[in-house]
Amino acid sequence: MKKSVILCLAITLLISTVFLISCSKNDPNTIKIGVIAELTGDVPAVGTSCKNAAEMAVAEINKDGGIQLADKKYKVDLIIEDNAGKADQAASSAQKLITQKNVVAIVGPNVSRYTMPAAEIAESSKVVLITPWSTAPKVSLDSKTNASKKYVFRACFIDPFQGRVVAKFTLDNLKLKKAAVLYDVASEYNKGIAEIFKEVYEKNGGKVVAFETYTTNDKDFSSQLTKIKKAAPQIIFLPNYYSEVPLQIQQAKRLGINVPFIGSDSWGSEELLKLCGKDCNDYYFSTHYAADAATPATKKFIESYKAKYGSTPDDVAALTYDSFGLLLQAIKTAGKNDRQALRDALAKIPQYDGVTGSMQFKEGSGDPIKSAVILKIKDGKFVWFANAKP
Amino acid sequence: MIYIFQQLLNALQLGSIYALIALGYTMVYGILAMINFAHGDLFMIGAFFCFLIAVYLHLSFVPTLLLSMLGVACLGVLIERLAYKPLRNAPRVSAIITALGVGLFLENFTLALSPYPQHIPELITNTTWNFGSLSISSLQIIVIVLSLVLMLVLDFIVHRTKTGIAMRAISWDKTIVPLMGVPVNKIISLTFAIGTGLGGAAGVMYGLAYPVIDPYMGIMIGWKAFICAVVGGIGNVRGAMIGGFILATVEIMVAAFFPSTYRDFVAFSLLLVLLIVRPYGILGKPQPQKV
Repeated sequence: MKKSVILCLAITLLISTVFLISCSKNDPNTIKIGVIAELTGDVPAVGTSCKNAAEMAVAEINKDGGIQLADKKYKVDLIIEDNAGKADQAASSAQKLITQKNVVAIVGPNVSRYTMPAAEIAESSKVVLITPWSTAPKVSLDSKTNASKKYVFRACFIDPFQGRVVAKFTLDNLKLKKAAVLYDVASEYNKGIAEIFKEVYEKNGGKVVAFETYTTNDKDFSSQLTKIKKAAPQIIFLPNYYSEVPLQIQQAKRLGINVPFIGSDSWGSEELLKLCGKDCNDYYFSTHYAADAATPATKKFIESYKAKYGSTPDDVAALTYDSFGLLLQAIKTAGKNDRQALRDALAKIPQYDGVTGSMQFKEGSGDPIKSAVILKIKDGKFVWFANAKP
Repeated sequence: MIYIFQQLLNALQLGSIYALIALGYTMVYGILAMINFAHGDLFMIGAFFCFLIAVYLHLSFVPTLLLSMLGVACLGVLIERLAYKPLRNAPRVSAIITALGVGLFLENFTLALSPYPQHIPELITNTTWNFGSLSISSLQIIVIVLSLVLMLVLDFIVHRTKTGIAMRAISWDKTIVPLMGVPVNKIISLTFAIGTGLGGAAGVMYGLAYPVIDPYMGIMIGWKAFICAVVGGIGNVRGAMIGGFILATVEIMVAAFFPSTYRDFVAFSLLLVLLIVRPYGILGKPQPQKV
């Protein structure tokens, strides 16, 4: 009896010590910022870009000794968590960053279906979360009331805008009036943008002749593509991630489908070019910024990223960099290392000029209003083709 | 009409790959009454071997296929010796947990080496022939014909050779057969080698047909192939082949005539009904419990 009491006591003590140690690492001279990225899982290129850009942004801030607040300079301490391409791990990463690591704000996740659970936790814990690349509208909406979340912001446009851009571009620039859509019905982003595309496209005189779905991790699309072929569209819209699009295009070609394809910002990774080869040449997609048609400020970012990592930064990298820019500005305005003050300062920023262009924030919403670009894939490179204003 | 034929062709391609993987499940079950849940991941390793050989050794299709099969077969035997053999007399649950563990190990090992999806280069120049609105690609033909050849060879081994007789004997009664002078361990290793080797071949062919591969690719398809094996009657080699083609046909045809969102729902409901009607699978035989 006595033995077991002592054992219980010992265990309790041990657990509380571990807990205390993990919490007590609270250095008052640093500002902690957490990053949740998709470093492994189905889209690892997205997470890697996010991590690279985050490290670069923090290195630049810390180079001159950190952020100057009222009393002294604070260094930024970056804590990176991998969500492994799983929604539950995104949620537990957010929980860990907030309760154990005591971060003042979180950047990421990037893929909408992983951002949604993390955003719920950030909102209920009253910690700012800026997602660089999640374009699904639901990410920043309260799941019960459908009002805007108070602590969730983003650096990118949202899908109702992007869907409209792609639909209008197909109708007005490419002059194609019969489209087919193939999308992942189990993923928030793909489903949302596919539905918006259909709505806008049909409202403006186009016709969606086939609206086909698959589920995440499918590799065989032959049945859906054969069905699409039968419907004889003039163009096929694939709002899917860079690891799936090459398979879809190659299988379509093997089935004798010879119409062009069009995509959305989920195409914009250099990995797409590697996986797709020449099969993706001459197709268009909408995205956040064009590396080859950059303004001087953007060029500086691109040059230093290239020097550091040896590749052109994709849209995720650029948007992550902008997320840190936003955070930096908000921390400076807030003037202290405090979660609530940071949120209030962030909500008051009316406009921010980042490397992906100018973003305007409306009162009470964390979704910026910004323009999109249409890129063309030409000889294995992303080339700027057109701008689309909000 | 052409539309249905085109879809049937699609089903045949997918079904060949399902069948090849299902064979691995069914062979191991037949001989050890154990479900090798690591099989889907061995299939993934096969695809990665194919990628490594094609990219770094620049070999052509046939040597790539043979080397990948050999590599996966060796790995399969190694896993059997290290992980499953010590547990052969342990409760069946232990073996299943071990198999799941081996599967997770293979996944995460590959993940640690390369989390990025990889692209398998074109080992065979693909040509597409168009007959009216019907399109047949040379790749489709190769996948289908090669799988059929492999399955026929396996069927021959199991039903017409001494080794095959030994395999079937062991699955019949494990206590008596060694008394007849059959080297049980050797036969079990050989069964593993053949089963996983076929999984490796499926990995290579899958890699050719769907050239973007990633460490998680084996999970879903492993489950589906397992279902094929069960539907065909697990433990029965011909049943696994039939099961593979049935699942693929149902999947493709549901997506072809219903909204594709219903595909998995309808396909698996049909399979459930089939299992209610024939609980031991199409070619499976009820095994009375020995008391």
